[in-house]
Amino acid sequence: MYVAVKGGERAIDNAHAWLAEARRGDVSVPELSVPQIREQMTLAVNRVMAEGSLHDPDLAALAIKQARGDLIEAIFLIRAYRTTLPRFGASEPLDTGAMAVSRRVSATFKDAPGGQVLGPTFDYTHRLIDFSLAAEAQANPQAETAEAPPPPRTPHIAEFLDAEGLLQPEREDAGAGAPPDLTRQPLAFPATRALRLQALARADEGFTLSLAYSTQRGYGRNHPFVGELRVGVVAVEAEIPELGFAVEIGDIELTECETVNQFAGSKTEPPQFTRGYGLTLGHCERKAISMALVDRAMRWQELGEDFAGAPAQDEEFVLSHCDNIQATGFLEHIKLPHYVDFQAELELIRTLRREAAAGPDPVKEAAE
Amino acid sequence: MNDPDAPPSPEIEARKAWMSLLAKAPEARLEALWSAAGLAPEHAWLRPPEAGAVMLRGRAGAVGAPFNLGEMTATRCALRLACGTVGHAMVQGRGKEKARIAALCDALMRTEAAPTVRAAILDPLAQEAEARAAARAARAAATRVEFFTMVRGENA
Repeated sequence: MYVAVKGGERAIDNAHAWLAEARRGDVSVPELSVPQIREQMTLAVNRVMAEGSLHDPDLAALAIKQARGDLIEAIFLIRAYRTTLPRFGASEPLDTGAMAVSRRVSATFKDAPGGQVLGPTFDYTHRLIDFSLAAEAQANPQAETAEAPPPPRTPHIAEFLDAEGLLQPEREDAGAGAPPDLTRQPLAFPATRALRLQALARADEGFTLSLAYSTQRGYGRNHPFVGELRVGVVAVEAEIPELGFAVEIGDIELTECETVNQFAGSKTEPPQFTRGYGLTLGHCERKAISMALVDRAMRWQELGEDFAGAPAQDEEFVLSHCDNIQATGFLEHIKLPHYVDFQAELELIRTLRREAAAGPDPVKEAAE
Repeated sequence: MNDPDAPPSPEIEARKAWMSLLAKAPEARLEALWSAAGLAPEHAWLRPPEAGAVMLRGRAGAVGAPFNLGEMTATRCALRLACGTVGHAMVQGRGKEKARIAALCDALMRTEAAPTVRAAILDPLAQEAEARAAARAARAAATRVEFFTMVRGENA
């Protein structure tokens, strides 16, 4: 059978020309600039950086413009771009204790050392549409300020519980070598926690949110408190190989969430709180909290809990399905031409129907 | 080359500080300060500017085992001035001109031009970075919650 495989070129070119026109929209409306997206659609830019797994606000803003605001498409563009970049090396582990915090809240201690700092938050807003934003040429809004020297370090809440022995400690595994990198080696199971955290850090926010929500509703329940949520700027330190010393090469915004969860204990160890951890590029707090809950759920084995069969506990299920670029690639490919595959199916079903209509084959029946 | 186990010398500490200031500088601002300084030293490339990525690492639970968080864009280059002094740069973002200026400043800071570079470029950058940090801290401080307790049922 002959199946046409050529002839789409002109249609494709014209479709892309229309895409460009549709992207621009009504030309009587001024065109969006990349700096406008970067400065005024900041949280979309942050999400594209976090899930695109590449910190570069200008590039993320450009990707959003190119993708007509389709964030998964923008993330796809960033992921494709990052594969073209040579890897200069890895940074020193980021010191989030030295973060210049713009937001830092604890749901566990009212009087947390370092204070409760709300920062630029949607919390406590009434979620009513603000029609005044529809008016153009408004006066520039101005934040209030208060005298305060930037604190050199903001201690983590976990340190205080840890000091009392109430919280399961986090230790660096001496001699563990470089952490696994799923951009270099394919996923393999069982995964280490380092690999799970890498996968979750770039995972789809919606998927991570739904899984985290499922653990709260009882599918792998572990009752979390947000011990701490912080957003702010951290210096990136990387070694310059030619010089043999490390230099701070940049400042990036991060969101970090530490949860305090219900207990683990054993015959020899008294009960302790356990913890989950979330860290994302940019200001993405829904994602960071979700990541911490799912991280905690996947630690059931290490903490001696039962596998309740909950999706969030199943690392193979979570890690194999959390990447929105893998997911959308496989999902969306089914809309592309499958003419040959379908012809085969069509032939098969016609044959089966013909056979059914002809009645039982006497020779075959006798053989059975 | 430096022995990695040796304690960092004051020279290295100073160099780290200016390299960091240059790496974090807003590109447009660095270019403006550089052209205003009127410096245009001849140089030869040892490594022309190249954009790439640095893998960022976090730690599980902020203090535990490292994991790969995601990458950031960076640009690096190396050059040699006519006098033979070598300058290096590894800067945030994809700005090739930013990397070139940073490497030139790194080299010049180890020549007689150091006071000029410090006064015309590094000092303004440092002041502006400090002002940005202070502005953020002041806004954060204004959103700090000051709890107070209402005392009820006491006839004080």
